[in-house]
Amino acid sequence: MALDKPYVDVPGTIIFDAEMARQGYHLNQFCMSLMKSDNRERFKNDERAYLDEWRMSEEQKQAVLDRDYNGMMALGGNVYFLSKIFSSDGISFEQAAASMTGQTREDYRQMMLDGGRSPQGNRYKGDSN
Amino acid sequence: MARITAGVATSHVPAIGAAMDLGKTQDDYWKPLFKGYEFSREWIESENPDVVILVYNDHASAFGMDLVPTFAIGCGEEFAPTDEGWGPRPVPNVHGHPELAWHIMQSVIQDDFDLTVVNEMTVDHGLTVPLSLMYGQPEAWPCRVIPVAVNVVVYPPPSGQRCYNLGKALRRAVESFDEDLNVQIWGTGGMSHQLQGPRAGLINQEFDKEFLERLVTDPAALATMPHIDYVREAGSEGIELVMWLLMRGALNDKVTELHRFYHVPASNTAVGHLILDNTD
Repeated sequence: MALDKPYVDVPGTIIFDAEMARQGYHLNQFCMSLMKSDNRERFKNDERAYLDEWRMSEEQKQAVLDRDYNGMMALGGNVYFLSKIFSSDGISFEQAAASMTGQTREDYRQMMLDGGRSPQGNRYKGDSN
Repeated sequence: MARITAGVATSHVPAIGAAMDLGKTQDDYWKPLFKGYEFSREWIESENPDVVILVYNDHASAFGMDLVPTFAIGCGEEFAPTDEGWGPRPVPNVHGHPELAWHIMQSVIQDDFDLTVVNEMTVDHGLTVPLSLMYGQPEAWPCRVIPVAVNVVVYPPPSGQRCYNLGKALRRAVESFDEDLNVQIWGTGGMSHQLQGPRAGLINQEFDKEFLERLVTDPAALATMPHIDYVREAGSEGIELVMWLLMRGALNDKVTELHRFYHVPASNTAVGHLILDNTD
């Protein structure tokens, strides 16, 4: 019998559940390695060569090279782990989050100052509630 | 005997720590937030707790995917701040209280809550930002700290009910410790926020304000709220709020609210803060 996953109909959201954690294991371990400055240096010097040291899928590696954060999350990456990549790039959590929404950094920041993204219309996929 | 005299709830947004570390607290963006903690700083100085049981979550810092404990208690003597990618925060090391921590471990495991014991770990912004908010920037933290780490990164976190019940077990553990100690419990994280995907930036002020109210007046019913309600209403990272229920479970059913503060935004997040007196 399948597990109950009531969160799959929340729009614009990937829940880092057991299935995603398994799928993203090596991707997330790669991210953790960037907490050491020696590893950050090696990654920056040759990203492709450094990624090839990890048992990640080609899709996962390409998503990292492209800094496609939504793509990484769809392949099992978790945002707290992925933050090691954008920290290495010198990008803040706010800038990184903005990049995932398709908004410009300025628009996103203004939205937050105005009280954030409303839950209205963002509760269910394809729903306007 | 040891007593839990108060509970504190506060968000632990990393950008708040960075604002303090970089001297930006009087900037227009940050000033209103720090104003909300002025009362708290005076209060904590007069209360001067011996020990704070600090309920927080690690954010892929000490615990990556190597090890994912649902509940862990820090029984070690000292915990240094984590290097989260920009070097460790310039804050003092945290000194534990091994005697009370080990006592709690033995008591709550016999009470059916299987905590993982951690002696060696670093502590990230989840633990250090609440200390900074409450105490400012002292040379050394004025209290001992027992870290209680809750997994809220890998789904599912423990339920609100489980957290609330663990709070009750923690209280029994503290009250069976012979030494006279003034103990506080802090629940951290939240409030509504989502850090990922096209829905990032979600803030639900209505949800947050109701959560603050019910945490004070109706915690037993609030504890039954299922995970999906947090995710849908408060964002995927809003689920950190289950840690506030752990704090609340350790207090009396009826408490005296001393302070409440709510502010949007801090970076991607809504900030909430409560101080609850537990001495009646």
